[in-house]
Amino acid sequence: MSAAPLRPPGRLARAWDSDIGYAFRRSPVAMLSTLVVLLAVGASVLAPWLAPQDPFDPTQLDLMDGMTPPLGTNEITGRTFWLGTDPQGRDLVSAILFGSRISLLVGFASVILSMAIGISAGLVAGYLGGRTDALVMRIADVQLSFPAILVALLVFGIFRGVVPPARQEEATLSVLILAIGLSNWAQYARTVRATTLVEKGKVYVEAARLIGLRPLAIMVKHVLPNVTGPVLVIATINLALAIIEEATLSFLGVGMPPTQPSLGTLIRVGQGYLFSGELWILAFPALALIVLSLAINLLGDWLRDALDPKLR
Amino acid sequence: MIAFLVRRVIQAVGVFLAVGIIAFSMFRFVGDPVNQIVSIDTPYEERVKLRASLGLDDPIPLQIARYIGRAATGDFGISYQFRQPVSALFAERLPATLELAFCASVFAMVFGIVLGVVAALRRGTALAGTLETVSLLGISLPTFLIGILLIYVFSETLRWLPSFGRGDVVRIGGWTTGFLTWSGLKALVLPSITLGLFQMTLVMRLVRAEMLEVLRTDYIRFARARGLKTRAIHFGHALKNTLIPVITIAGLQLGSVIAFSIITETVFQWPGMGFLFLQAVQNVDIPIMAAYLLLVAFIFVVINLSVDLLYTAVDPRITISGGRAT
Repeated sequence: MSAAPLRPPGRLARAWDSDIGYAFRRSPVAMLSTLVVLLAVGASVLAPWLAPQDPFDPTQLDLMDGMTPPLGTNEITGRTFWLGTDPQGRDLVSAILFGSRISLLVGFASVILSMAIGISAGLVAGYLGGRTDALVMRIADVQLSFPAILVALLVFGIFRGVVPPARQEEATLSVLILAIGLSNWAQYARTVRATTLVEKGKVYVEAARLIGLRPLAIMVKHVLPNVTGPVLVIATINLALAIIEEATLSFLGVGMPPTQPSLGTLIRVGQGYLFSGELWILAFPALALIVLSLAINLLGDWLRDALDPKLR
Repeated sequence: MIAFLVRRVIQAVGVFLAVGIIAFSMFRFVGDPVNQIVSIDTPYEERVKLRASLGLDDPIPLQIARYIGRAATGDFGISYQFRQPVSALFAERLPATLELAFCASVFAMVFGIVLGVVAALRRGTALAGTLETVSLLGISLPTFLIGILLIYVFSETLRWLPSFGRGDVVRIGGWTTGFLTWSGLKALVLPSITLGLFQMTLVMRLVRAEMLEVLRTDYIRFARARGLKTRAIHFGHALKNTLIPVITIAGLQLGSVIAFSIITETVFQWPGMGFLFLQAVQNVDIPIMAAYLLLVAFIFVVINLSVDLLYTAVDPRITISGGRAT
């Protein structure tokens, strides 16, 4: 036997060959939006090395650079900025890179938090049933009908009242994640519960119970893998929502402070200069936000169609 | 039917009580109410006396009962930042928010239904494709950016419409209205579009989907076979049946209209409840936050309850046995 033994295809190759992989290769929209999202994530992770300056470090800002229009050369310092600068002399390319970093961080972290809460609540409610189920689902109902932004604002308001003002600035990031994460868990809980109810009655779960597995093990190892698809779809769409929610909170002045601007804070700052003709301070961060959320939304839409053709 | 009704009412009261307890906890435990009233140099004995006279030493359940009892009579305490009763502040700002929400909903329903019907009937054409893209944009664009964009185009560049405030309002009894003056009406346009756009895209997508579904059913085919005019089939038969779910969703979405009005009112400096609430969050004005929470919960409970009841009244196929619609 001289032929090399047949190696089983790697994980990546199998993913590429699967139905999803096929659907992906056939959809230019999905490929384009994946590219945009990957670029955005890559650029914001590498922001400290990519950005010409650190917009959070006041010593690197030169007030003389302030209000330079895009592609223009500053008359005093002679420096050129691709997208111009804001009144503090902050280079907008750097500000957007660092801003997306915060927006994406808050987005991913809060989605993971909502997923953790929602999946556990859904699993427990669906598996245990009875009173637990009724209670958890009622809470989820109430949560769902309260708009996310309102819940997030309330959490933020309570945080302002509880934490002393001196420590508020450093805690803002975690509170934003908490507020947004807490306001979006109910959808996961509903989906996971519905699937759990179906799976619970199947023979393999009964078999697992018969061989004496504990409920927790059954829930995590046997029921949970069945909900990955729908949860992934919700998570993708929620990521876009979370990023918009963060931007909205920051825009309303209850999110990231101007010293550590996210995209929303940059838009808030830019709004003040819109009417005096310095359009670019608002336009570029806004454009970044729209492109990012549109790409994630399109990806989520595509994922939903690809995973479940019936839902079309 | 009566059992179902009673059960639903009990559930609604339960939800409302739970929110009431959350509101009370905020009111009572976030920051010390006494500190908000006295000045820094008030002696300790006086603080203790004040604490007792405010009833803050009573058992917690009694305090909760008292808080909810007072809230039921419209007494939500005194705002920390304005030093005025919260109920008076609310009464002053409620008309602005309600008028805005009303106009936004009308805008969303009218345009949403019309565009949805167009998108369904002209399926596959460039027009429908454009509408699809626009609706996706409407969902991806954050509300505040839409507001800023509209202000920039229509107030700053074209100078057609005002960019902030309510314009001139007319006071009728305790109600202020912007409907009766030209500047008041003009001031309503941009905020209503901003607030209603998301709802509009939602209604449009829903009408399109429902319409496509209904157009495939047998009775529509039968109506065509009878030789009815296309127009009569589309609007007399198909549209009517798509409207039931649309109205339900629109009703349930009313809560989110009120929540999104926080954003719209801030962008347009609209003197309504949402703007008040945001100021309260920024300045840790707990009584206003708690009262706003209660009010939103009340609106939500009432809407849900009436939708449930209307459903059973409108659609005889929904039978009720022991509170579970099957």
